Amino acid sequence: MTSDDGGGSPLLQCQGVSKSFGAVQAIYKVDFDVRAGEVMALVGDNGAGKSTLIKGIVGIYPFDEGEVYFDGAQVRIHGPKDAADLGIEVVYQDLALADNLDVVANMFLGREEISNGLVIDELAMEHRAQEVLESLSVTTLKSVRQVVAGLSGGQRQAVAVAKSIMWDSKLVILDEPTAALGVAQTRQVLDLVLRLAEQGFGVVIISHNLHDIFEVADRITVLRLGQRVAVFDKAATNQQEVVEAITAGDLAHVPGMEAAI
Amino acid sequence: MSDDTTTAPSPPSEEGVRTAGFETPHEGVSDYVAERWRAVQAGELGSLPIILGLVVIVAVFGTLEDNFLTAQNFTNLLLQMAPIAFLSIGIIFILLIADGEVVTIDLSVAFVAGTGGTVLVLLQRPDDPGWPWWAAIIACLILTTVIGLVHALIITKLGVPSFVTTLAGFLVWSGVVLWLTLDFTDAGFVSIQDQTLIDISNKFFSDDWVGWVLALIVVGGYAVFQLNDVRSRRARGLGTRPMPIVLAQIAGVAVLLFAAVIVANRDRGIPLVTVILAVFLAFWTFVAAKTRFGRHIYAVGGSPEAARRAGISVDNIRIAVFMVNGFMAGVGGIVLVSRLRSTSSNIAGGNLLLEVIAAAVIGGVSLFGGSGRIVAAFYGALVITAIKNGMELMGLSSGFKFIITGIVLLLAVLIDSVSKRRRTMRGLA
Repeated sequence: MTSDDGGGSPLLQCQGVSKSFGAVQAIYKVDFDVRAGEVMALVGDNGAGKSTLIKGIVGIYPFDEGEVYFDGAQVRIHGPKDAADLGIEVVYQDLALADNLDVVANMFLGREEISNGLVIDELAMEHRAQEVLESLSVTTLKSVRQVVAGLSGGQRQAVAVAKSIMWDSKLVILDEPTAALGVAQTRQVLDLVLRLAEQGFGVVIISHNLHDIFEVADRITVLRLGQRVAVFDKAATNQQEVVEAITAGDLAHVPGMEAAI
Repeated sequence: MSDDTTTAPSPPSEEGVRTAGFETPHEGVSDYVAERWRAVQAGELGSLPIILGLVVIVAVFGTLEDNFLTAQNFTNLLLQMAPIAFLSIGIIFILLIADGEVVTIDLSVAFVAGTGGTVLVLLQRPDDPGWPWWAAIIACLILTTVIGLVHALIITKLGVPSFVTTLAGFLVWSGVVLWLTLDFTDAGFVSIQDQTLIDISNKFFSDDWVGWVLALIVVGGYAVFQLNDVRSRRARGLGTRPMPIVLAQIAGVAVLLFAAVIVANRDRGIPLVTVILAVFLAFWTFVAAKTRFGRHIYAVGGSPEAARRAGISVDNIRIAVFMVNGFMAGVGGIVLVSRLRSTSSNIAGGNLLLEVIAAAVIGGVSLFGGSGRIVAAFYGALVITAIKNGMELMGLSSGFKFIITGIVLLLAVLIDSVSKRRRTMRGLA
């Protein structure tokens, strides 16, 4: 079922990446790729290695072996700064927004625009923040001068996503973006994910919710016990098949480890 | 607020994309007032408690004590509040970086000020060593800033909570004050000889026109700033406050300042120290509200994790903030010894520390971090000094004064806690 059927060269390509923590092989020879303008879902049970793969891509826990290509060139990513410089942004589940600051201040946090060499250029920042939010059709925010503490979960997610695409990013990785949201807000975030892909971003979405994934994903990568067991085209598969791969996908023999089947 | 619409977002129209998502807020006066009222109900109280508090103070003491609302007492208040206000500016910076539920505090601030002030007085003693006033001031400010740095390094690099570090500092610096005043002087008392140093807290602008010119400069500057802001926001198509509200705010500032000048001129005039205080308030407000450093201070106080991920060095911000506080402790110490025209073994003792922290909290700075403006130092110092001053005029016993002050402080913290809870509830809803 593993397919790699054309459709443009990948934006990000991991080849045979592995990572172990002491005796624990967290991921083993995983291939993973995302194309520009595509939503790639990353699914798997708890402990399947989703987080380890993401943390390897952004360099928090660099891979032990394997190669990573970005935009066609081989890259070595040693930390989140390297990843950001390449254009890879992660929106973590906890979002990490400063509740006491308004939307504009959060979107520009750490990268404030300065005029006269000293003063924060609030107007330019506000203008740009509105542009980015509008490009994502985020219409539920009344004002970009609202303090984040007063926003709903979906609105916060929207702000965090908008923040991630402000700086020439090409690949946005969303970690469980709908985990804590109600039905209506989940809908908004899924729309947001689709819009990111429409605008040409590569999008990786990690989720446990297959229903959500089948709404937005173009392809689905399944990890199980640290190995990639399948890549599905959404159009050519169904939830049943994905669940089977998550729970009982074929595993390669890992040297030194007994695969628990 | 929280129940978002389920309808699909409308496609942005070609013209007017700018306003497709964001209606320009508060264009009408009534809309603005309604919006502000909703914010107040949601726990964003702004200056409301402090205004109500001042009204109550004026009403109560004005009724009970004939000498409270006099021109002489007004200028006295301006003098009495100054040391508290200067120290409170520094403490506000400290409170702003509070780490979530853990309050950051500087319990040593009063005695650091006392140490700085005492060193200043000792250095200016004629012939012993007889430093000029400016050199003594520089030495004092460098000393207290370095003290702030030392505290900060212990807190950030060694991981000792600010409460414990500065509690130790409280003892150490009170000891240093005793040592300096008892071992280097006769009878634990040194008076200031230098007239410039005495003038800092004792000079008045007795010519009426000086007060008016100063007030006009402040009002004019405020008006230019506000109107310019509205103009450039309009030019960019961003929402603004309605013009009548802006004009009313400018008029309000003008009326208050002109009234203060009229009253002060009926007595000795505007005190020099009040002008110095205004300059410091303006400078630190600028730093906190308009610079990257200020923005990062608020971010560290709001969410250290968010700040860290945004590439901000949380430790560096904390160290810088403790140094700002140390610097302001030095300024406050200079103002304090100048006001007393001397230093002595009980300088900066008594309730000064508590009054400084209380002023910040009463002024509306949150103990939970990330919320509050620098001007709170002025409001808070004014309130706490007015209460103290009023009770002294009425001849209340010390015990009773402590009780009242304690209750006022508790009220301020309660307002902070309740409004924070409301803000949080709204966020989670």
